[in-house]
Amino acid sequence: MDINQVRKQFPILDQEVNGHPLVYLDSAATSQKPQSVIEALDEYYRGYNSNVHRGVHTLGTRATDGYEGAREKVRRFINANSTEEVIFTRGTTTSINTVAYSYGRNNLQEGDEIVITPMEHHSNIIPWQQTAKATGATLKYIPLQEDGTISLEDAKETITDKTKIVAMMHVSNVLGTINPIKEIASIAHDHGAIMLVDGAQSAPHMRIDVQDLNCDFFAFSGHKMGGPTGIGVLYGKKSLLKEMEPVEFGGEMIDFVGLYDSTWKELPWKFEGGTPIIAGAIGIGAAIDFLEEVGLDEIEAHEKRLAQYAMDRLQTIEGVTIYGPEDRAGLITFNLDDVHPHDVATVLDAEGIAVRAGHHCAQPLMKWLNVSATARASFYVYNTEEDIDAFVDGLQKTKEFFGDVF
Amino acid sequence: MSFNNLDQLYRQVIMDHYKNPRNKGALEGDHLTVDMNNPTCGDRIQLQLQVEDGIVQEAKFDGEGCSISMSSASMMTQAIKGKSVDEAVKMSHVFSDIMQGKDISEEMEEELGDIQALQGVSKFPARIKCATLAWKAMEKGVDEKE
Repeated sequence: MDINQVRKQFPILDQEVNGHPLVYLDSAATSQKPQSVIEALDEYYRGYNSNVHRGVHTLGTRATDGYEGAREKVRRFINANSTEEVIFTRGTTTSINTVAYSYGRNNLQEGDEIVITPMEHHSNIIPWQQTAKATGATLKYIPLQEDGTISLEDAKETITDKTKIVAMMHVSNVLGTINPIKEIASIAHDHGAIMLVDGAQSAPHMRIDVQDLNCDFFAFSGHKMGGPTGIGVLYGKKSLLKEMEPVEFGGEMIDFVGLYDSTWKELPWKFEGGTPIIAGAIGIGAAIDFLEEVGLDEIEAHEKRLAQYAMDRLQTIEGVTIYGPEDRAGLITFNLDDVHPHDVATVLDAEGIAVRAGHHCAQPLMKWLNVSATARASFYVYNTEEDIDAFVDGLQKTKEFFGDVF
Repeated sequence: MSFNNLDQLYRQVIMDHYKNPRNKGALEGDHLTVDMNNPTCGDRIQLQLQVEDGIVQEAKFDGEGCSISMSSASMMTQAIKGKSVDEAVKMSHVFSDIMQGKDISEEMEEELGDIQALQGVSKFPARIKCATLAWKAMEKGVDEKE
């Protein structure tokens, strides 16, 4: 992988922020977009913008080909069995909510259990809280080990014959923990439960094979993998999706509409009510082309190298606390002495360095870490060791700055 | 942006209020309590006010947050003590004006004292919500009381 070639494809990186070259270390929040994605959206709107699945005219056919072609790219990207199992949504949140509503509310009752973990993003907690309240099911948590990982023993203890749904993030957006999804899915299946995976932080960064993971549902977002905002994917096993009711009703998702009753289109369209996210789908398709051209294995290795380099360098700064396990994905969540993470982020921003500060949509995890907030640097395909050097220098300056005023 | 701007943001008086917060803790006796969060970043404040005959007699706060939000809360409790509710709300509006970079009257400048040190925040749009958190809590509190 030629990092300079990769960086050239991200026009946004070529700018100064506050008088310094931009160092973008917030890709876990949203990634930057390669030129090819920006062009794909531009081409669609300039050249063949049209509604899909209904027009007889030429542009309509081209738009349909673009939209359904993107679905096939996604299918290949996650190795789903068929495009019937690939549903376009607004993002990971909508994907999870679709399962919580359509599957959760119709298959759960009092006495049943939903099992999640305390490290989940709010979008994989609240839908299950709501489903539990609506159905009388119980929400249970697999405890975290001290280093922020999940042990299979704890999973085996928490998941029981009463468990109907296990929902878990693949990679933690705070700790960087990579969860043993395949093993947990197997435990869930042993008890007759289904397994949903929040792949928002994994799909952009590593090769995903939903058949190998043997999960029942897999959710992810386009905007964290070089695609536009407003597009995401819900993968589901066909046997489950077939039995599920749509969540949104209206145009595009129907087969036959009578005065008092209607029937639905076949999969995957019955879950895509209304004019779909056509440009978004074409955009995520272009993002997949880009990621595959660079190579998912290359990207994963590159980010792991960066994370290791950053860990080594951060450990030389006195007063830095790093959260999460040794073996981690390409992000580092930390705190610096008594300096509040907002203040850290503001000083870094003055140096052109973008990091995230706050609770990262994981309030229960912040509570577990016993902090009110943390700062996070997250890496992607376009980041370099120089970025990390700038980040570490920025932290040194932050320390000096607050050392002076305190 | 340079470290000059940062110096403006983190004035010594702000750091002093952050390190040695005034009126931190809880009130005893009859008082009203307001909890307020900044949900995007996790800052959290609990403000307690003792209001008698339309006058803020006592004010204390507790919470967690960055230097800007906590120092602002400290300064605010100092500023509104002994003021009428109307005056306190007016000050809050003036404070919002300062955050938007607007000029204020000399008379008000005197009234605000230390609080003026927070003027530098107006150059950091992402931090304005930190500075206004305590003021919003105060406004919510006196609004509910009425």
